[in-house]
Formats: sequence, structure tokens, C-alpha cells
Amino acid sequence: MDFYRSHVLTCAGTGCTSMDSRLVRQGLHDELAKRGLDKEIKVLETGCFGFCNMGPIMVVYPEGTFYCQVQQQDITQIIEEHFIKGRPVERLLYKGQEAQATTEMENIEFFKHQERVVLSNCGKINPENIEEYIAEDGYFALAKCLDMTQEEVIDTVKKSGLRGRGGGGFPTGTKWDFAYKSQSDQKYVVCNADEGDPGAFMDRSVLEGDPHSVLEAMAIAGYAIGANKGYIYIRAEYPIAVERLGIAISQARELGLLGKDIFSKGFDFDIELRLGAGAFVCGEETGLLQSIEGKRGEPRPRPPFPAVAGLWTQPTLINNVETYANIPRIILRGADWFAGMGTEKSKGTKVFALAGKVNNIGLIEIPMGTTLRTIVYDIGGGIPKGKNFKAVQSGGPSGGCIPAEHLDVPIDYDSLMSIGSMMGSGGLIVMDEDNCMVDIAKFYMEFIQDESCGKCPPCRIGTKRMLEILTKITEGRGEPEDLDNLQILASNIKNTALCALGQTAPNPVLSTMKYFRDEYEAHIYEKKCPSKVCQALLSYVIDPEKCKGCGLCARNCPSDAISGKVKEPYSIDQSKCVKCGECMARCKFGAIDKK
Amino acid sequence: MKSIEELKAIKAKNRGDMSVRDAKGAPVINVHMGTCGIANGAREVLIAVMDEIKTRNLTNVHVTQSGCPGMCVEEPLITLTIPGEKPYIYRKVSPENAKAIVTRHVVNKQPVKEWLLNLEN
Amino acid sequence: MECQCQTAVEKGEQFLAVDRIVKQVGNDKSNLIQVLEKVQHELGYLPEEVQSYVAKKMSVPLSEVFGVVTFYALFNVEPVGKYKISVCLGTACYVKGSGKIIEEFQRQLGVKSGETTEDGVFTLEACRCLGACGLAPVLNVNGKVFGKLTPEDVGGIIAQYKDAV
Repeated sequence: MDFYRSHVLTCAGTGCTSMDSRLVRQGLHDELAKRGLDKEIKVLETGCFGFCNMGPIMVVYPEGTFYCQVQQQDITQIIEEHFIKGRPVERLLYKGQEAQATTEMENIEFFKHQERVVLSNCGKINPENIEEYIAEDGYFALAKCLDMTQEEVIDTVKKSGLRGRGGGGFPTGTKWDFAYKSQSDQKYVVCNADEGDPGAFMDRSVLEGDPHSVLEAMAIAGYAIGANKGYIYIRAEYPIAVERLGIAISQARELGLLGKDIFSKGFDFDIELRLGAGAFVCGEETGLLQSIEGKRGEPRPRPPFPAVAGLWTQPTLINNVETYANIPRIILRGADWFAGMGTEKSKGTKVFALAGKVNNIGLIEIPMGTTLRTIVYDIGGGIPKGKNFKAVQSGGPSGGCIPAEHLDVPIDYDSLMSIGSMMGSGGLIVMDEDNCMVDIAKFYMEFIQDESCGKCPPCRIGTKRMLEILTKITEGRGEPEDLDNLQILASNIKNTALCALGQTAPNPVLSTMKYFRDEYEAHIYEKKCPSKVCQALLSYVIDPEKCKGCGLCARNCPSDAISGKVKEPYSIDQSKCVKCGECMARCKFGAIDKK
Repeated sequence: MKSIEELKAIKAKNRGDMSVRDAKGAPVINVHMGTCGIANGAREVLIAVMDEIKTRNLTNVHVTQSGCPGMCVEEPLITLTIPGEKPYIYRKVSPENAKAIVTRHVVNKQPVKEWLLNLEN
Repeated sequence: MECQCQTAVEKGEQFLAVDRIVKQVGNDKSNLIQVLEKVQHELGYLPEEVQSYVAKKMSVPLSEVFGVVTFYALFNVEPVGKYKISVCLGTACYVKGSGKIIEEFQRQLGVKSGETTEDGVFTLEACRCLGACGLAPVLNVNGKVFGKLTPEDVGGIIAQYKDAV
């Protein structure tokens, strides 16, 4: 046996990799080898710890020391201090608001309120080594299921109360039951890994950090519904996840955990990867199936539902990544354990990607029913630079903006729905006083316009009209009847669009109109943008008190709108100003302000 | 994969290796590695401890190192912490003694009284 | 008259690449997206004659190939620049001001999003979420990620790649 006195886990998720964690890992590896310590200390890759804005992250065991923002030039010190003298490198430890450095993960506020079920292996095992997954009880759930009847497996999933984590929240067990009861010689199991919501990266982190949990769950689903073929549809924009899944599939095949006659129980199952080519609508299940068949990913009417006629018109079960990742844990620990977490109608935990104007950006997993306040202030560490909280956007382009008055709502599928948003896949974007809600609504409508497949008129034309109205408002040409028109368009699109993408597209507009109507009204009636975002409604002015007359602004003005004499206050000709903001960015004395 | 026994064998093989990452519950052998400790041979002691663990295929024992506890004259020092017990501090540890401490104290649960610094244990 | 041999040879090579890829991936209709993705990877973009050759090899109507190519954001029907600058306009980056970053690129490069500079060095595009939200606002140049950007960083990034040409 090889014994290493220390394991160093370095994050190899997309966030840390973007911060060159690969170079840090390689550097550490080389330096340890040079000093002959490579037989004592093992350097490993692991999945996302979730604490992305503190990356690159490194955890040293057995002490469990949690290092943040580790750079290449820190390597020598870590080796000399930590590995040779046994002293943690203070300056690389996490310092919370108390300014007290903590060495261990559990003591960090960001992790304290979390309950890591789906993410339990992320940051703990090496995702490119199937044996480490097995050491954490991997594939034991599959073995257990093969000794159960198909009905027993489906019953367990039903009893757990698990609901689809991809957006709608449909009961997973019921979905499995439909697919099981559809009669056919050929059925399929599909994993929806086309995580297209801008600002959401939960599924990517699971696939990067714990790919086998999804493979195992798909095999379990295959056994339960009577399918022997699975497809994972994943975004081509996630190269690391694609690579890890490829490695995981081939390792599982090598050990015979995918393939023929698994565990000698006469059950065959294999999985293929399909790469998405960049179309948001393919996250919609019927669009996704079209794309797997090699066609344009245009959704088709339901019914028939995929459970009856899906891939190549055969019964098909589709679940998303996080839904699958829950399955092996439910099988091993029991439906009651799972149902013991969460709220009455939403069981278990939910992974969220916390981003935007919040101090601790990252990936978090919390029991259903946690309040937004806990998420934003305790886990997220509040709003940067002491700014005021304005809203949280949940559910991506299908969801809505939640204002401060709802910060104490325990979040689950139904409560989010009742306040005009939705769970969606789990993106949470925090916005502060500097974000204009009309601009945000316009941003989402632009996104929907870009991504609408064009098949049905309500989505193709309706959202275009909504975008035109919103553009008009942000450019100062808004009229009083615009708000009513937006409302009418929104309800028509909701009621008549073909797929979920169109039906939910008006949500960001509706929720901002409901909670931030005053901002819309300020744009329309006063021609003002209270958050000072909408360029057309702003004017740049020079404060004569602060202006030193250096002339830097005038030299950089692209439209020659600024004039004045050296050493005397300059002024801006509003009729010439194109509102590019260049002068304000250049001014060294903070003399230029927007109003 | 033909049987669950095969799966269990893989798990058992890897659990040992990964026990370094299970933060709690394992005895911790802490070799003090301040400048004085290293000068007195603490590094050789550390290597001896690891060798013994390797030879005996021990899992669930953690080896760490830390700085000088301030008793330079007694170096090299080892502090052995067994969960639920007071720490045991061994003084003037040689590589041979270190191996014996692993065998006698960690495996057979018999503290080696004559080498202990803190006799109150 | 301009000599045509060069293009004829190039076309021949393009078709050979298609032959090889179709053989490797399989000519089943459901493989169309994979085939197109691999062909584009080698050729850089999918000109019309290549699309029609793929259609022939896979026994699908050209209209369907064209339909797929224009549906997915991944595919280009025009040549792209040596360096592709993808500025993230995902929500997390947008709320942190990535709109300003792409405006600055448009201004300095003199192209709109989706266009290529005349010298063929840069293609500017907007993309939706690279998943590196902790670094917002971010952009990606041929796989290298730049994070926590301000409009002042734009000039430096352009210069860095321009010098490399």
C-alpha cells in the first residue's frame, strides 16, 4: 500500500481553472517532486468547492486546512511552512468579516448553513478516478436496486418526494412510473445537461466534481423503467465537464458497471454523450430530443409526452443532472431520510448558483425552506461596498425578481411560484441599488428574442413587441399606455406559447412591473432612470467646485462636447454629448457626475 | 463487474488511502518540526513513522507536523493524540523509537511510559 | 482572370475532410450535428459548398443541413478571425457591467458583435454564461479566460493579441 501523510485537494472546476488553478497544481507537483516530498504528499484534482470568488482553492488533509486564492508564487511558502514545518500559511487562510483567520472549512460562514447532499463528493474525491467514487459507496445503490423489483425502485423514488430540479418541479417518481408503464421494446433514459440559464452553473459543477453519481442514477433509472440505452445531452460550452464525463463513462465500462449483464443480473445499460450546439431552447425537453436526433431543436406540442413518445417516438425518461445526482443517495439512505429534509411539498436540498452583487459568489446547497435572507446575508456575506439590496432574480429567463419584502419567505417550488418567480434550475442573481429593473427586464427579453426558436408566433413576435416597448421606455420614449400593453402581451404569450420557454418568457417583465412599478413610472413620466443605468435618460455634468481644469476629459471626448480653458472649470454641451461616460471614467478628481 | 463482493473489495482498497481526508476520529501523530527539531533529526523520525504505517498497512492514522513547542532540549518530539484522551508527548524520539511508538501505542494501545515527557498521563 | 486552381485544391481538401469525418462518426442522420461540429473544427467555418457536400454524404436534404447550421449558435457560415473574443453577457456578468465591456470592444475594434475585423484577426461575439460567475464580468479569447474586467482592460487585451500576430 502507498501511504501519503497528506492529501492536497485542488479545485479543478471551471471557476478555479479560469483562475489558472492548473498552473498552481502543476507547480506544486513539480516543486514537491524536486524536494523529494512527492512520496509523502499527494496532489489531487477535485470538483468545485463552491466558494468560487475565493479561488483557486486548495484543501490540505489531514488537517483540513482551507487555503484561498492560491497563486503560483505561494507554492514555495506553502511547502516550506506547511509541509515541512507544519505551520499553516496565515495569509492564505480565509478571513471572514471578523478578520479572524480560520483554517477549517466548517468554520467558514459560507459553508456553515449548507447541507451538502448532492455536492457531498465535490471537493472530496477525485472525479477522474472511479475507485474514489466507489470508496464513497458509489455504485452500491445500483447493486441494491438490481436486487429490488422495478416497482420497488420507483416506489422508493416516489416516497422520497423528490421533484424535478430542472425547473418545473414535477414529481420524479411519477415521471418514472409513466415511463415504466409505457409499453415498448425500446425505451430511453436521457439526462438533460443543457444548462442554459445565464448565471447558473449547478449542473456543470456536479458533472465536473461527481460525474459517476449521474451515470449510476441513469443506470438505476434504466433498470426501473426497462431501458438499456441512455443519452447525456450536454452543452459544448462546458469542455471540462464533457471531458470528465467521457473519462467516467469509459472507466465505468472498463469495470463493467456499464455494459452487458451488470452485476450478473442480466441487466444491460450503456450511455452515450451528445453535445449541444448552443441553443437555449434545447433545455426544453422536446427541443432537446429533436436535437439528439440531429435536427433543429424546435419543441413540439405535448401530449404526447416523452414518457409515451420521446426519442425516435419511443418512451423516454428525461431528468436533469441534479435530479439524477439525488437518486443514489435516496436509494442508499432511504426515502424517509430524504423526505425528512425540506418543506412539506418540497423535499431534500437544492443547489443554487449564487452570483451578482453579493460578496461570496459561488455554489451552495441548502435544505429546501431556507430563507433568501440566510442565503444572501449569512452564506453570501451581504452586498459588496455597503450598497443596498434591491432584488434577487431566481429561475433565469423563466423566473422573476424578488424584492426585499419577500426576503423571509422560506424558498421552495410553491412559495417561489406564489411570489411570481420560480425555482428554475437554481440560478440566484443578487441585484443592488445600482441595477435598473427596467433594464434587467429588457436584458431578459433580449435573451428570449435571441433564443426563441421561431416556431410559434406568440414567442417569436410577442416577445419582440415586448422588447420594443421596453427599449422605448429605457430610451425615454415611453408612453403611459405602454404598461398596459406589456401586461396584455404578457398574458397572451403566457396562455398561447407552444413550450415552457415562451410560456414563462414574460415572467421577468411581470415580476418587475409588479414589485418595481415606480421605476417603470419614473422612466415613463419623469424620463428619469432612478438607478442611473439607462444612458439616454442621464446627463453628465461637471461640478465646477471640483474641476481643476486639466482638460483630460475634453481631450478624450469622442464628440467634442466638452470645452473650457485650462485651469478653469470645463463644461459639457448636452446637445453634443453622446453619453458614453468616457469623461467620467477619465476624471481624476471625481468632478463629473451623472444625473 | 460481476458481483457486489468485487465492488466491496475496490471500496476497501481505496478507503484506506482516502482515510487521510476523513478529518475526525483518527489518532494523530504530530511530529514537531521547528528548526531545532529538524536539526535534531525530526525529519528522519517523520519518515520512520510513515514507513511503519506503510509496512503495517495501517489506515485511519493521521500524520501531521507542527512547529516547535518550546522544549528544544527534548527534541525531536512527537505528540500523539487519541480522540477522547489527553495528548501524549514523547521526548528525544529516535527513528527506532518512533516505529516502536506506532506499534506499541497506536496499534496495541500501550503507552511507552519510559519515553513520555508528560508523566501525568 | 484569377487562377482558380488554388481554390479547386482547397475544395478538394475540404471534401476529403468531410469524407473522413462522416466515415468516422457514421452517416446516420442523427449524427448530423456531430459531423458538422467536427467539420467546422477542421475548416473553421461551414461554407455553402461544404454544407451541400455534407448533405449528399449523409443523405439528408440541403435545406435540413442549412436549417441545422443556422439554428445553432455554434456554427459559422462565414470565416472567423484568428482570435475569437467572446464577452459573457450572462446575467451575473451583465449586472456587473459586461455591457460596457462589449461596447468598448466594439468601439476599439470598429466591429459589431458577431463581426470580424477587416484584417481577419479578431471576431467579436457575445456569449451567454461561461459559468465563471465568481470572476464576473468575464470574457474568453480562444479558451483563455479574463475575469474581473473593467472597460480600461480592453485596450490591453487587444494589444496583447495583436502583438502576437
